[in-house]
Amino acid sequence: MSGQFAIETHTLTKQFGAQTAVNGLDLDVPTGAVFGFLGPNGSGKTTTIRMLLGLAAASSGTAAVLGRPMPRELDAVLPRVGALVEGPAFYPFLSGRDNLLRLDSADPHAPRASRKARVGQALERVGLSPAASKKVKAYSLGMKQRLGLANALLRPRELMVLDEPTNGLDPQGTREVRNLIRSLAAGGTTVFVSSHLLAEVEQICTHAAIMRAGSLVAQGTLAQLRGEGKRTATVLTPDAGAAKSVLARLGLVPDAGIDGEGVADTGFDSTVTAALPADHLVPEAIVAALVADGVRVRGFSVDTGSLEDRFVALTGEGFDVAQ
Amino acid sequence: MPSDPQAADSGSPAPTPTPADSSPQRGTLWPLLASELSVLFRRRRTAAMLATLAAVPVLIAVAVRLTRSTTPGRGPAFLDRITENGLFVVLTALVLCTPLFLPLTVGVTSGDTVAGEAGQGTLRYLLVAPAGRFRLLLVKYVGAAVFAVAATASVIVAGTVAGLLLFPVGQVPLLSGDVVSPWVAEGRILLVGAYVCVSLLGLSAIGLFISTLTDVPVGAMAATVALAIAAQVLDALPQLAWLHPWLFSHYWLGFADLLRQPIEWGSFGSNALLQLGYLAVFGAFAYGRFATKDVLS
Repeated sequence: MSGQFAIETHTLTKQFGAQTAVNGLDLDVPTGAVFGFLGPNGSGKTTTIRMLLGLAAASSGTAAVLGRPMPRELDAVLPRVGALVEGPAFYPFLSGRDNLLRLDSADPHAPRASRKARVGQALERVGLSPAASKKVKAYSLGMKQRLGLANALLRPRELMVLDEPTNGLDPQGTREVRNLIRSLAAGGTTVFVSSHLLAEVEQICTHAAIMRAGSLVAQGTLAQLRGEGKRTATVLTPDAGAAKSVLARLGLVPDAGIDGEGVADTGFDSTVTAALPADHLVPEAIVAALVADGVRVRGFSVDTGSLEDRFVALTGEGFDVAQ
Repeated sequence: MPSDPQAADSGSPAPTPTPADSSPQRGTLWPLLASELSVLFRRRRTAAMLATLAAVPVLIAVAVRLTRSTTPGRGPAFLDRITENGLFVVLTALVLCTPLFLPLTVGVTSGDTVAGEAGQGTLRYLLVAPAGRFRLLLVKYVGAAVFAVAATASVIVAGTVAGLLLFPVGQVPLLSGDVVSPWVAEGRILLVGAYVCVSLLGLSAIGLFISTLTDVPVGAMAATVALAIAAQVLDALPQLAWLHPWLFSHYWLGFADLLRQPIEWGSFGSNALLQLGYLAVFGAFAYGRFATKDVLS
């Protein structure tokens, strides 16, 4: 059995000369999770994936995949893992089908009798059947990406490691990949997906980890990650000044708004925002207090920080999160 | 190849994953090798190289046929014999191809083995499959060696056909003066072919090793070909006589000994031993390098 964690690393470190690409990584990917591995470009995501798959040796620290130490038991682990590493790569002069046949024959555990059938099914699953006989050099980036996914799907896998799986895909393709990941997860496969498309991770992942400059800065369930960010209460009212004093009386600190006083003037109505500490009173009590003081409340909301807020807070601005 | 008694029949899906075993399993090497050969020989580049090699004897035969005048003692060995006997086309072509064309094509193929996959990015997918580093390297070397055989065969087949079509074929005088039938002579030509194939084993191993050092296939190919040329240059310097028996190219043209009666096997044996030595040393270097290499391409 693979145990509690599909991927578990302890102080995993990779140095290239003087540069530390991955620094003391303690990653815990629960079995059955859809795990988003986030981080700006160059934060060590792909290097970590390379170490997990035995492509690169760790400078120090340990990694276990499906409960077995890597890279020592690589031959036993990798047949159970499907992977898309740093984009698809194929023989341009071979057809899509022949590329998959080639990669499948490289796996000594892959049953030979079912090879053609499995390749056909994998192509079908990513919608490439009509282009299966075309040479890969005639494929678009999106088609290559699909072929890469088909390669990962050649056999039933316990773990899928997908590095930027939606790179180069059109919106329909992105949607299909999301559905694919959901169906894999529903079938019990652990999915480890690295991405910088945060909206996507928020939609499909149950867990996530955030990398910055080679170090892990946060990991946990999505709710935990969002929850660690602050909650914000927003009041929409024409009586901004009164609302502010009520909030202050309740122990909240209204944010400095556009006008510098936590009050943003939006025509007749203004918005007043204030950070809401986790242990603070329930939101409806705030509304009740406002109304009791005669503040005309025209809108009230409590926003949990989005993953994006959290991500930017942890990794700093300047990263193209909207890409 | 080390055999593994547990080597499960790969035809049935194992309910539990096979236990960790870093050694290649008997019976599971063939699918990868078949795939490697299929990829190698379906490449247009491979076909072009084989066609170029086949063109050498054809060009020789046509040129001799058209001019009909050859000055004895000038040009490559055996050239002046072609008009008397078509079978000499093959031998002339092998003398011409062995120092340059064959090492060139073998250098391209063996230099491309690992570096080509790395440069293309397919190396990481082969290793994640998992092909196993030892298995992959073994298959890559066998692929390069099969190419060397195909390259030599290409010269021999094209040369034999061109010789038969354009020139009379009769009793063949050997270097020792004995005269043998064309069938015996063709047998000797095949022996020469085997000699040439063996000669290329060492260079293939060197190419494989260089190929593990880089992700740029062209660099590995060029370095391998350059080494083949450098070895022959060194072999031509009398000041370095002590070094000559250790150069992998030293016995390359020694196949004339197979054209005597009785056959002198001395150079065949020395050549085979030397080539196996190069294969062992550079094969070990290649594995030593590749087994621990970080695949970052």
